[in-house]
Amino acid sequence: MAPISRGFHGRPRRDVDPARVPPGQYVVNDFPVLSAGPTPRTPLEQWSFAIGGEVAANSTWTWEQFLALPAETFTVDIHCVTKWSKLGTQWTGVSLDTLLESVDTKAGYVTAWSDGGYTTNLSLADLTAGRAWIVYDFDGQPLEPEHGGPARLLVPHLYFWKSAKWVRGLTLTAEDEPGFWEQAGYNNHGDPWKEERYWGD
Amino acid sequence: MGGLTLTRAPIRWHEMTVVEIVDESAHAKTIVLDRAGWPGHIAGQHLDVRLTAEDGYQAERSYSIASAPEDPQLALTVERIDDGEVSPYLAGELREGDQLELRGPIGGHFTWRVENGGPLLLVAGGSGLVPLMAMLRHRAARKSTIDTRLLASSRSWEDLLYRDELTRMSGSQGLTLQYTLTRSRPPGWSGFDRRVDAEMLALIGPRVSELPRIFVCGPTPFVESVADALVGIGHPPSAIHAERFGPSGG
Repeated sequence: MAPISRGFHGRPRRDVDPARVPPGQYVVNDFPVLSAGPTPRTPLEQWSFAIGGEVAANSTWTWEQFLALPAETFTVDIHCVTKWSKLGTQWTGVSLDTLLESVDTKAGYVTAWSDGGYTTNLSLADLTAGRAWIVYDFDGQPLEPEHGGPARLLVPHLYFWKSAKWVRGLTLTAEDEPGFWEQAGYNNHGDPWKEERYWGD
Repeated sequence: MGGLTLTRAPIRWHEMTVVEIVDESAHAKTIVLDRAGWPGHIAGQHLDVRLTAEDGYQAERSYSIASAPEDPQLALTVERIDDGEVSPYLAGELREGDQLELRGPIGGHFTWRVENGGPLLLVAGGSGLVPLMAMLRHRAARKSTIDTRLLASSRSWEDLLYRDELTRMSGSQGLTLQYTLTRSRPPGWSGFDRRVDAEMLALIGPRVSELPRIFVCGPTPFVESVADALVGIGHPPSAIHAERFGPSGG
């Protein structure tokens, strides 16, 4: 039973559907930026996206090849472990189902890696069945570098640190290998609806 | 403390008593808490605060820890965001003797301890000074002489958090404190008077060849611009630890 904070009334937002806001989160209208270091800026002609690791054959796409893949435009809610949620965000990108279609693997886990050295780990199950994308447009505009452009992973059913900014590839692995924040106190899985924020949650 | 290591133990909620509230500026207050039950922290870490209204409504936000791990009490400094939900309560309504629910410590990246070594470059924008102050207090508590440079950007001298304590620290061996006041300056001001730029950062040092550990904290545009400038003058991106905060109804 939480103690009452004397004199606190709060300001619950009447304009949002509470069923869309996970426990401990609050809804923002702006788009906060959280990154652990400087924003990398890779020229598009040097950009590529690679799938490797425990696979029969590696796959890579140049920026041009990536843009030529079948894309989807969709609207989802996103939830950051630092407590903000942003509802109804619109993205365009390529479904991981499309990217993994021709990949032959027995791996159960994935490390997404990014320019700047960031990594995050996910189960392959969390990346498939229409629940994850590599996105390059936000709200109809090219994704800005501070939000992860030119392209970021988007896994909206998990806390947003799993949606690696500046993503450049996926390494498929037999074992689950904790990534950057997962080694630094944050939960290995990160389901906002179960409030899996930190180690031990 | 010294031997604190990050373990995968659950991070618990604690109920703590407010023992003192200190005015730091017209917009910011430090909340000093009895740290009984606190598992300890590393300078630079943050914690979650949870408020509960009488009708059961709850609101949570994260705040940087201002106190050193060695300090006898736990301190947060909260800047009031006028249209915010939690910060006006913490920096306005909260009184000595009140209970506060909090959970932490959190974060294993934006952290520094004396054992990590130096040299150190700390760059603060506004209340981004809070976690960097924890590092300076930790350095002082350990009587470290590690080469440490602080560059703090503030709108005015009156807005600069911890200015009396910083002034007292300023003679400490190995410590260089520099300020830039971007809006108004007291008469006779001899410090910087513009936004932090590459030239200022190069002047403050340490030089790139000395491989400083760098910590930058402040509002998002400040951190973006400072981190870009640091990379621009040759610091490796991997040496730059950044913590950004934005105007999001805190």
